[in-house]
Amino acid sequence: MTIDASRGPQAAPPELVQLLTPEGERVEHPDYPLELTQDEVRGLYRDLTLVRRFDLEAVALQRQGELGIWASLLGQEAAQIGSGRALTDTDMAFPTYREHGVAWCRGVDPVKLLGLFRGVNHGGWDPAEHNFHLYTIVIGSQTLHAVGYAMGVQRDDAEAATIVYFGDGATSQGDVNEAFIWASVFNAPVVFFCQNNQWAISEPLEKQTRIPLYRRASGFGFPGVRVDGNDVLACLAVTRQALANARDGQGPTLIEAYTYRMGAHTTTDDPTRYRVASELEAWKLKDPIERLKAYMFKNRLADQEFFDAIDSEADTLARDMRKRCLEMPDPDPMAIFDHVYRDRHLLLEEERDQFAAYLSTFEGEGR
Amino acid sequence: MTTLSLSKAINEGLRKALEDDPKVLVMGEDVGKLGGVFRVTDGLQKDFGEDRVIDTPLAESGIIGTAIGLALRGYRPVCEIQFDGFVFPAADQIITQLAKMPLRSLGAIKLPVVVRIPCGGGIGAVEHHSESPEAYFTHTGGLRVVACSNPADAYTMIQQAIRSDDPVIFFEPKRRYWDKADVDVEAPGLPLEAAKVVREGRDVTMLAYGPMVKTCLEAAIAAEEDGRSLEVIDLRSLNPLDTATITGSVRRTGRCVVVHEAPVFNGFGAELAARITESCFYHLEAPVLRVGGFSTPYPPSRLEEHYLPDLDRVLDTVDRSLAF
Repeated sequence: MTIDASRGPQAAPPELVQLLTPEGERVEHPDYPLELTQDEVRGLYRDLTLVRRFDLEAVALQRQGELGIWASLLGQEAAQIGSGRALTDTDMAFPTYREHGVAWCRGVDPVKLLGLFRGVNHGGWDPAEHNFHLYTIVIGSQTLHAVGYAMGVQRDDAEAATIVYFGDGATSQGDVNEAFIWASVFNAPVVFFCQNNQWAISEPLEKQTRIPLYRRASGFGFPGVRVDGNDVLACLAVTRQALANARDGQGPTLIEAYTYRMGAHTTTDDPTRYRVASELEAWKLKDPIERLKAYMFKNRLADQEFFDAIDSEADTLARDMRKRCLEMPDPDPMAIFDHVYRDRHLLLEEERDQFAAYLSTFEGEGR
Repeated sequence: MTTLSLSKAINEGLRKALEDDPKVLVMGEDVGKLGGVFRVTDGLQKDFGEDRVIDTPLAESGIIGTAIGLALRGYRPVCEIQFDGFVFPAADQIITQLAKMPLRSLGAIKLPVVVRIPCGGGIGAVEHHSESPEAYFTHTGGLRVVACSNPADAYTMIQQAIRSDDPVIFFEPKRRYWDKADVDVEAPGLPLEAAKVVREGRDVTMLAYGPMVKTCLEAAIAAEEDGRSLEVIDLRSLNPLDTATITGSVRRTGRCVVVHEAPVFNGFGAELAARITESCFYHLEAPVLRVGGFSTPYPPSRLEEHYLPDLDRVLDTVDRSLAF
């Protein structure tokens, strides 16, 4: 079967919003002006560095058997920090299971993210506390939750936007397409933030789409934009504008953050089976942290002392996280029955009592 | 006291819930101007507006998924799935998200979402419009599953389901939508999780829910002419299950027949039979027998009268129980 290229991804070259080149040169984009103070730029650098260090520590913890699995964000720091820092306190974020950087921006204690991966709970934070929803593992499900939440915001006449994260693979899910339709039809104040990291486990982007993902939006009736996902400034500017549009009653936007999953899908994955090393090498040259560092050096926004201090802070964060991870107790067996229902449920209470009685037969046996 | 059809009773219950709590929403396909294909939501959009009675795009997963989001924002959505056989596109959102998200949050969030599903056969419909999918949902921890059988229960149960802070799957017996009965709108009604003895008897306990309650009551009247006394229990709630009412009855009668439209194999009756065997073993005069659908897809409507348990098949099963 031959594929007509005019119908495919090559139909027209995709546009890419970029404010910082891989070499660290600041470039302007007419639609996305961005003024940042020195402290704000330094803050972004700190965020990027700290979440990368946190993520590396989590990978190490998995390798040492302290976590069952970990989904690394390596390479996607700019997409997550840029978009995460665009949010206001009243905005609501719906993550996948890889949004450790967004969680960081929302103020979620990094150790809270480990419970799920260590197997002591399935999430375990209060979404309302930081306006950061629980990690969702089923691919794309959370896009509908986000749109429903945004419909609630509309009904509350509130000044808030909702952002939902998902990957390139998720765009094939029915739920994501339904979310696009709902958001469009109800003009919901939601931003669809797709981190196109080029791989859905082992399947490359061309297994999911024949057109650039951001162009899907036009078929649903709202704007789509592709941003350099390794450019923290561009991610910040583009997301900020999309969120402002949403709050302003202009409805949804699809942002495709064009990036790369530098690590494995999760710690159980082996990318050497399906992708070539040269691809990784090419993307290393576009590293989100290196380009910001180069920009800061060139423009004297920070000196070596600053960078050293951030590295030191990152190590402290990692040490603290490791310590508290190891201290995380296994839950009590009876916790299996907790929080399944809010109202009384006699059937479950009966099972719980039977299990408690069974466990009590082992008392005094050192078990 | 007012006389209402079952469909109108649910309509009135929804209306009351919408009046009582501004956070209650009704959403689904065709629930607005049309009032739903069974007219259960008739007139609600006119009185409560398009923001509270929401005509949704035609996608069931989207209905449940967005309802979850609305619940996260503090709303209490009541979703209509148009027909039983169309719930499956939404099964993922119901089973992987709706049922499990509160636990995921260690109790920080609640999802007071009601999923209304017209269920069962007997209306001469085409494929996918006559199914009884309750066992898929009773098997899922985190959900409550209830089935109303008559207008009075329907009126109170829908309001109780909406008030529940847990997700509730609410089955409505579509072939009984037009059955009328007196409804006391002031009566508090039984707790949502309580079963009800709807006819007392001595010889055999009949367990049913939804559309089969009426069939069992008719069977009890017919059996009486033969000098047999059947006790009929309307389970009302399938998860949780009112085991005390069931056990109390079966220990007295020593015999039990479970009746449902769903296939017998691995159906809800299997759970009932196993539980009764455990809790009433020394009281049983006969094994718990089940009568229901066959282990086939639901047949074309010209055959459904053979598939669905009717008076004769129910009485035949009663005979077999008494013959032990």
